[in-house]
Amino acid sequence: MLRTISSRISRRFYTTSRYETYHGGAIKTYYNPTLTGLSPSENEFREAVWEFSARVVKPKVDEIERGGSYSALMELHKEIAGMGLHGLTVPAKNLGLELGYTHHLLAMEALSYSSASLALSYGAHSNLCVNQLSRWGSEAQKSEWLPGLLDGRYLGALAMSESGAGSDVLGCMKTVAKKVDGGYLLNGNKFWITNGPKADVFIVYAKDVVEHGAKQTYTTFLVPRITPGFTTGKPLDKFGMRGSPTCELIFTDVFLPPSSILGDSQHHGAKVLMSGLDLERLVLSGGPLGIMQAAYDTALEYVHQREQFGVRVGTIGSMQAKIADMYTKLNTARAFVYSVARAVDYHTQEAAPGYPVFQRRDCAAAILYATDKAIEVALECMQCLGGNGYINEYPAARYLADARLYAVGAGTQEVRRWLIGREVNSDFE
Amino acid sequence: MRPSTTRLLNILVPVKRAVDYAVKIRVNPQQTGVDLNVKHSMNPFDEIAIEEAVRIRERLPKGSEPVTITALTIGPPKSVETLRTALAMGADAAFHIELPETAPAPEPLGVAKAVQAIIEKQLNSVDMVILGKQSIDDDLGQTGQMLAGLLDWGQATYASKVDLDLEQKNAVITREIDGGLEQVCVKFPLIVTTDLRLNEPRYASLPNIMKAKKKAVTKLTPADLGVSFKPQMEVIKVTEPPKRVGGTKVESVDELVEKLKAAGFTAVS
Repeated sequence: MLRTISSRISRRFYTTSRYETYHGGAIKTYYNPTLTGLSPSENEFREAVWEFSARVVKPKVDEIERGGSYSALMELHKEIAGMGLHGLTVPAKNLGLELGYTHHLLAMEALSYSSASLALSYGAHSNLCVNQLSRWGSEAQKSEWLPGLLDGRYLGALAMSESGAGSDVLGCMKTVAKKVDGGYLLNGNKFWITNGPKADVFIVYAKDVVEHGAKQTYTTFLVPRITPGFTTGKPLDKFGMRGSPTCELIFTDVFLPPSSILGDSQHHGAKVLMSGLDLERLVLSGGPLGIMQAAYDTALEYVHQREQFGVRVGTIGSMQAKIADMYTKLNTARAFVYSVARAVDYHTQEAAPGYPVFQRRDCAAAILYATDKAIEVALECMQCLGGNGYINEYPAARYLADARLYAVGAGTQEVRRWLIGREVNSDFE
Repeated sequence: MRPSTTRLLNILVPVKRAVDYAVKIRVNPQQTGVDLNVKHSMNPFDEIAIEEAVRIRERLPKGSEPVTITALTIGPPKSVETLRTALAMGADAAFHIELPETAPAPEPLGVAKAVQAIIEKQLNSVDMVILGKQSIDDDLGQTGQMLAGLLDWGQATYASKVDLDLEQKNAVITREIDGGLEQVCVKFPLIVTTDLRLNEPRYASLPNIMKAKKKAVTKLTPADLGVSFKPQMEVIKVTEPPKRVGGTKVESVDELVEKLKAAGFTAVS
């Protein structure tokens, strides 16, 4: 009785500010734009990519998840190119939009909201491959590959992990590049490679053959799919991210000319690899953020539609607590990740002398936190949907399976924690 | 300006910033309208109008007359966002007739007079004005027709297909009417209002959004054009539609007729 009276009263005096926003007719979200600290032009950008995600990606989600020949993914790859999203961090002289990592993060989040699988493939293409090529490639390499990678003709990938080399990627790497007459011979296998089954060009990290007792060095290569001796395995059957193609790469005496080395010279592969990882962590943090917002929106709508005991279940105390926790986790994770992105862009563009060097610990912390919270929120979303959360017609299961990837993809939570600790401790050395 | 022997095709597209079509609207507490503190975007029929203008340009064979598309909006400062969308979709330049934030929403006659003033005072020559058939906030559907009357131009409303003949200087337009489809041929200059099935508007790509920032937006006041937007209509009351009540099942036709008679329905012969 008291509850119905109070709800009648509150309805008459409802305030007119609501957080629900609509994008492209297909997305209704409770994303809170007042907490983001984005500039007006960043907000305009954000609205444009959410509109794109709603109109172009969301209608294709089921098709993307089915995988198969990944034709939906490849079509969307071209649409994303038309939108200009592949070269967000690439300089204008190389046909990119010359924007910041904040923009790349926002694009990643918007795409991940509709389809985390698509966003993962997009992230691997646009950040792991395109951005590395843009930062380290020679002018010849950039003019050969960037136009096609940016306009959607080519799909890119990056290969560092191996079945025996995950967290200890450098120490356990077995893929070897041996100097031969006129170039290098590449032998080995790479594993868990996103976009592997469909990519046209791969950035591959390999160990150099060094003399006994000498320091181990690494070299980064640009390897086109059609290079003789290079084959890919069949797509891996994954728990989540089922719309993103993943597979093994096999190199058998693959001959590579010196012009395929990425970076100013050979043996600097470790530097190229490590520097890319920080930016990868930052941009991919958009993945869990997008999933989290989708999970929250789904749970919130559901608990205000489902009625039990004569009331909407969202008004029952224990459910209110769930919503409160989900809301808080979502917004704190986002506020932190956006702050790190801002700091990275500031450092890249305007940092004055004396400004602290680029903080590796913050990029690791961003994805560490966003991932943990995304898995928690997705799990809670499944619980909020009750029995329906267990049925695959509802998206809760997909959110959870997709979120779970980020605990091991782009690095494990354990490595992120170890890295942050190491970075902080190095201040005391 | 380079002198040229071929005349430009000039298309004017007035656009309106309205409540986004996906928003679940609520009547405001004063019952004078709906809660406007919600997302706004370009009226969907106006998006179709801009899209058609851009497609007309794309359909012309390469090397033919250049087409200039000018967008126009009337509203508070925020309306410039709608112009930016139009520019990002392919319009070349835009006019913003700025009204104060507190001014009442313009009515079709006021809008039509303002568009007429823009055509007569600001633009060199206009071959075609494409408007949305109605705006989704007031659903009045009068502006295109009033404009045609004021300018004494031909009009083709509820267009679902537009084909221009630049040699003959006319357009063959398919209209959606109650009975089906009607084809009309209208001489230049003309007014076209768009219906839903005319085209599917493109989303603005980021490169185009960034290019649009550099395109010209000319700001004008109603006084500059010599028009007034003084309302001619007053909204007395806005309420939600009555909640649907459950129906009842009847056992026979006789019972149905009895119930209809009791409800006040009489037979019409």
